[in-house]
Amino acid sequence: MPSGRVKVHLWSGLRRFTGGATEVEVEAETIAQMLDALVATHPGLEPVIEAGVSVSLDGEIIPTATHIPVAPENEIYLMQRVKGG
Amino acid sequence: MPKDEIKQTFRLVGTRPDRPDGLDKVTGRARYGADFSAPGMLWASVVRSPHAHARIKKIDASKALALEGVKAVVTRADFPEVPAGEYWDLQENTIAGERALYDGHAVAAVAATSQLIAHDAARLIEVEYEILPHVTDVDEAFKMDAPVIREGAADYSVPEGSPPNVVKVLDFGRGDVEAGFASADLVKEGHYTTEATHQGYIEPHACVGQLGSDGKGEMWVCTQGHWYIRRMCAGVLGIEAANLRVTASEIGGGFGGKTTIFMEPLSLALSRKSGGRPVKLVMSRAEVLRATGPTASASMDVKIGMTKDGKLTAATAVFRMQGGAFTGSPVDAALNCAFACYELPAVHHLGYDILANRPKAAAYRAPGAPMAAFAVENLLDEMWGELGLDPLDARMMNAAKEGTKSSYGPTFKRIGFEETLEAAKAHKNLSVKLGPNQGRGVAAGFWFNYNGDTSVSLAVAEDGTAQVSVGTPDIGGSRASIALMVAETLGIEYEDVRVSVVETGALGVNEPTHGSRATFATGKAAVEAAESAIKDMCRRAAKKWGIDEDAVEWVDGAARPAGPNAGKFPPLSIVEIAAKMSSTGGPIAGHYEGNPPGVGESFGTHVVDVEVDPETGRTEILRYLVVQDAGRAIHPSYVEGQYQGGAVQGIGWALNEEYVYGADGRLQNPVFLDYRIPVASDLPMIDTVIVEVPNPGHPYGVRGVGETGITPPLPAVANAIAAATGIRMHSLPISPSKLLAAMNAKRKG
Repeated sequence: MPSGRVKVHLWSGLRRFTGGATEVEVEAETIAQMLDALVATHPGLEPVIEAGVSVSLDGEIIPTATHIPVAPENEIYLMQRVKGG
Repeated sequence: MPKDEIKQTFRLVGTRPDRPDGLDKVTGRARYGADFSAPGMLWASVVRSPHAHARIKKIDASKALALEGVKAVVTRADFPEVPAGEYWDLQENTIAGERALYDGHAVAAVAATSQLIAHDAARLIEVEYEILPHVTDVDEAFKMDAPVIREGAADYSVPEGSPPNVVKVLDFGRGDVEAGFASADLVKEGHYTTEATHQGYIEPHACVGQLGSDGKGEMWVCTQGHWYIRRMCAGVLGIEAANLRVTASEIGGGFGGKTTIFMEPLSLALSRKSGGRPVKLVMSRAEVLRATGPTASASMDVKIGMTKDGKLTAATAVFRMQGGAFTGSPVDAALNCAFACYELPAVHHLGYDILANRPKAAAYRAPGAPMAAFAVENLLDEMWGELGLDPLDARMMNAAKEGTKSSYGPTFKRIGFEETLEAAKAHKNLSVKLGPNQGRGVAAGFWFNYNGDTSVSLAVAEDGTAQVSVGTPDIGGSRASIALMVAETLGIEYEDVRVSVVETGALGVNEPTHGSRATFATGKAAVEAAESAIKDMCRRAAKKWGIDEDAVEWVDGAARPAGPNAGKFPPLSIVEIAAKMSSTGGPIAGHYEGNPPGVGESFGTHVVDVEVDPETGRTEILRYLVVQDAGRAIHPSYVEGQYQGGAVQGIGWALNEEYVYGADGRLQNPVFLDYRIPVASDLPMIDTVIVEVPNPGHPYGVRGVGETGITPPLPAVANAIAAATGIRMHSLPISPSKLLAAMNAKRKG
């Protein structure tokens, strides 16, 4: 079971799914767990996550990988899916 | 802390050896998409809608099928039903279903024994249309009463009551923008528009597809990503991906436009329907322009606040972009890039992805970023100019740097924007005195860069040379760069490494060459593969010497005993180890599969001098400077080529290129005579400066250079024209007629 509590910065358009919050804390040790926890705590985020998101971890954008570990000290931003271009 | 902590000197990295594909290309030996042929091959031709929006009432192919030599005709009825989503969109774009959604939309395709017969047969296919109301302009498509392209296409992000063609809404930012504007001494707003442009690759789309009734097939195709071709064709045709082997040809330009499918499933469907005979399909230039992905057109509102010293206090952007009749304009990336060059206490972005009766947009070099830069850098230049500030100094004062919270959220790590500004300021072009009707423009640009799924295999041959198999087609010199990095790592010569782009059956999945990723991601993967082979060779040397494998190091292309064993045995070179591979464990190889981490962003600064003819409104580029952070230039000639190519495409976007639609919704200029891309005689040699602030996430410091370079030219040219004429143009392209009209209006007061 996840034991780390990570803070996730959401983009402001998601406030309507989180009761106005743009920073949400969830228990997670990987990006996958973090996304699952976001949906569990804020079910309105499910279509957002399903549509595809990327994650910025300490300034590095992770386009699709969800097996990457996350930790409380990480700066984490949820982003719209970043594509190759 | 020094900016560059990565090794600075290399034996090969940073040199300029001959390109590995040079001889093939100058002798005509290189095989492009249309060069493939196969025994028993048929030719295909596509019937395309002459209407921007029309219901397809009936397709009658009987006359075509009666023509001698015609073997098959396909329509949407020959494709399986697929659920809504990516594959439905791709299928619908490949061949229209109930409605043709844009001028040039494919409605049927025919295969025959010759290209001539196929074209004749296509003309014999009778399609009955019911013409529907259409919309091609982005602002018109945004209206509540606009013709509806597709009901139910909007996603979760679109609030109820939005215009019916809005399919996605983006809303993000941080800080208190109203407080930021209130604290500003100067606040300005501007409205800006850019027209759709095409990637303009010289080689049209071409493929040969073969698909049997057993669902097994092959394809030879001009593409930036043959695993994407495989996946997308399989999804559209309802076949298993692994049963389709796809081989990429040499490529005559892609720029993002060849990262998806357009007509490839048609050749496979025709092949399947004609008994598995290979079917060749080569687009004409008109087909390329009418039916393959241009970029979006944009309508943008930007508001910026700054102090009287030019320090930014707040900014907002509202962007509307149409990406054709399907979801997928690059409005998201445009917003993310819009203010990325600068430190901003407060910023807010709002974006709308809008459907219109135009072809499905494809990626085009830093998708969205050039349009965003045109709006933002244009307004910034106007405001800093009003305050009497030097454009480079003002940018330096506001420049994003390590530790800056980016406009899109995350905190930047090591980046090199400031260094590009410093290098631009020091360049000789800045000291050239300008004459009458001449002006100098400055602009900055940004792109994220990207990693993506990557597989590489490296094998050492019996003579100690190395072959590297990659899955990213070489569109900008990646084979040379990868060979240099592998040779550097292995300690052998550049000429002893051959890099090949191999077919989909030979490696794990690879994303296309997109996102400026090939030299970064495939290069990093190749270095990892080389390291893996080195480890194996050190292990074999250790075994021969009877020492622990950790006590062996790899130096200058040879295994050497290290530590307490140093000097006890003579080094074993890669040639010696390779010669004995069969008796020491068999083949020597290394491979990598993953998403290489460590992407580093790239920033650039451009400076352009122009002269505007006051009588004709024609703008001449006098000199053009590109300064960009490459992280590390593995093969500087290719990096310079990327800088120059990006600048030239951006200049074309700024001055000439545009999709011109008539009132009937048909594209008016689907040939290069009327769709005017810059040619060599239009431009001076583009000056380049490679800044190297190495990316710590790559073994040689690579960031990726393909995309940032197209971002600043649009505003740089507009800013230069403003300096030359006193007229600030808010709409691209700044064609002679448009600029002359503006100058005449100014003269009349």
